[in-house]
Amino acid sequence: MTQPILSVRNLRVRFKSDKGEAWVVDDVSLDVSAGKTLALVGESGCGKSMTALSILRLIPSPPGKIASGEILLGGRDLLALPETDMQAIRGAEISMIFQEPMTSLHPVFRAGNQIAAAIMLHSELSFAEARRETVQLLAQVGIPSPEERADDYPHQMSGGMRQRAMIAMALSCKPSVLIADEPTTALDVTIQAQILDLLKKLQEQLGMAIILITHDLGIVAENADEVAIMYAGKIVERAPVQDLYSSPRHPYTVGLFNSLPKLNAQRARLVPIPGQVPAATEFPAGCRFHPRCAHAMSCCTKEVPKTLDAGAGHSVACWLYDTSTMSVQGRPVGIPAAEAAKR
Amino acid sequence: MNPPATNHALLTVTDLVKHFPIRKGVFSRVSGAVRAVDGVSFSIPKGKTLSLVGESGSGKTTTGKMILRLIEPTSGAIRFDGIDVAALPKPELRALRRRMQFIFQDPYGSLNPRMTVYAVLAEALAAHNLAPRGKRRARVLELMDLVGLPPESADRYPNEFSGGQRQRIGIARALAVEPDLIVADEPVSALDVSIQAQILNLMEDLQDRLGLTYLFIGHDLSVVQHISDYVAVMYLGRIVEMGSAETVFQHPVHPYTKALLSAVPVPDPRGGKQRIILTGDVPSPINPPSGCFFHPRCPDRQNACTSTAQSLVEVGSEHCVACHVHAAPGSISSIG
Repeated sequence: MTQPILSVRNLRVRFKSDKGEAWVVDDVSLDVSAGKTLALVGESGCGKSMTALSILRLIPSPPGKIASGEILLGGRDLLALPETDMQAIRGAEISMIFQEPMTSLHPVFRAGNQIAAAIMLHSELSFAEARRETVQLLAQVGIPSPEERADDYPHQMSGGMRQRAMIAMALSCKPSVLIADEPTTALDVTIQAQILDLLKKLQEQLGMAIILITHDLGIVAENADEVAIMYAGKIVERAPVQDLYSSPRHPYTVGLFNSLPKLNAQRARLVPIPGQVPAATEFPAGCRFHPRCAHAMSCCTKEVPKTLDAGAGHSVACWLYDTSTMSVQGRPVGIPAAEAAKR
Repeated sequence: MNPPATNHALLTVTDLVKHFPIRKGVFSRVSGAVRAVDGVSFSIPKGKTLSLVGESGSGKTTTGKMILRLIEPTSGAIRFDGIDVAALPKPELRALRRRMQFIFQDPYGSLNPRMTVYAVLAEALAAHNLAPRGKRRARVLELMDLVGLPPESADRYPNEFSGGQRQRIGIARALAVEPDLIVADEPVSALDVSIQAQILNLMEDLQDRLGLTYLFIGHDLSVVQHISDYVAVMYLGRIVEMGSAETVFQHPVHPYTKALLSAVPVPDPRGGKQRIILTGDVPSPINPPSGCFFHPRCPDRQNACTSTAQSLVEVGSEHCVACHVHAAPGSISSIG
């Protein structure tokens, strides 16, 4: 594997509320290389957006706090930088696009001027030059008649158009890492296809690394190189995309696939994961998935499973794959074949 | 042009239209109209599920609401079990609503935060005089059991439940009055996949046990394919293709249906499927294009498409399509 451009090492983020303390991100490690896409997948409340915000140090503090870990961008630890240096990195070296294109653009400024402002903040360009650059960017993201559109207010644009403008702004300083937090969730499928296609093209042109946050396993399959599955603040499984879809290891990952209605497949009954995601203040001890897991053993309720290497860049945090415990239990390692064959 | 067998239909909708007037100026003169639903016809056989699919603004929710007359139709006929719903006076409509219920998309916004689950469900029973006071609690607990809610949570408030459980409350409320038809407007869109599967299974089980008929409104095509017997694809207030779910999903004919299906990301990285990427956005229903509403985005458009609209033409058994190019009478690409 090539040298990663961004590495997250053992990141832990804590939130305090009147209900108690919650480790919303717990011991998360990630790597992403230039030109590659890492998908961060999980259900609501699993900590995927919190991980992304922590990378940019945008966690609201208080109540949140990055308790420990390292975020290395080209070898520099972002967590050790003073806030002024961080401001120079945000938008220039690491950029982010958000789920809701309506609320992430300022409603009373013209879209073009907002993009120009971002360019001027990170460069020496004059307004006229930044403006010219903006029109070029808008053309690059596929907005028709960009000179006129640059003078539009966000409410005059459609959802797809606004997301394109957001992408133009995020890419204005040619960042080396782009974090896309559910970039197409608010859009219709035909528009979603346009936006994902655009992101792919721009990635090829600019060679940036993308961290794609999503809950849609279809989007992941078509856009990611590597996948990290998160559950309740922890990464439970990490693998290259082909490997994850052909042989998912963690019972949660298997459960997600079984829950999914598939297009053009024989209509079969879905197999949902029982129960529901626990609240962040009530994460269970041991493996956080154990109350919903069909294979839970006594060790799962007490001890946090180690992240085990399953070969070929595939890792999984589950006791079922721990050879030492399974030999004590006298059971074969891994999910019983019958269960895995269901999907 | 009603593909499903009309003789057993529980619900038949004919030429349903809803134009919302746009008022302007000091005297609120009508200056135009949003053509939300523009001549929709379909029927649903008893015990089956028909899904309306389409992107935002295609008029699928407006259609669903008109069937219960939560929105008054501009014109068109709605027949429910032989009763002309559109012409029904208010008191009779209220009685009829016992037999037609609605499940909403947003399980957070559709429950009164100050009412316990018991109060929510008992209110539905009281409104239609379905259970005498003494038997109400037992009936509520029975309903909760039916949708998989623990009976000890009867006296809790909606904020104490997760999204999936709230949707179960919404379903229990709809079932409280023992309806025949349920209009489910995106009932799983706000839920995570693992919970979505629980609710879809519940809806299927209830249909089997109680013989319910569903009008399912959705935009997630994998979910729609999973739950439907029949599908109607809507674009800008009109149905462009309709038929059995299997036919429409396996052999789509209308270019919009094809594009919509190809746009769905498939959870298989070996994928390699051909994607049709449509250019442009959905046009505004205030000022829709001439002719076929889809023509400005259509890869296969011809001259005829820009001037006149094509109505639904039967292209196979239980399959009809509105397209000049692919479904004109006698066209070669129509499948038999």
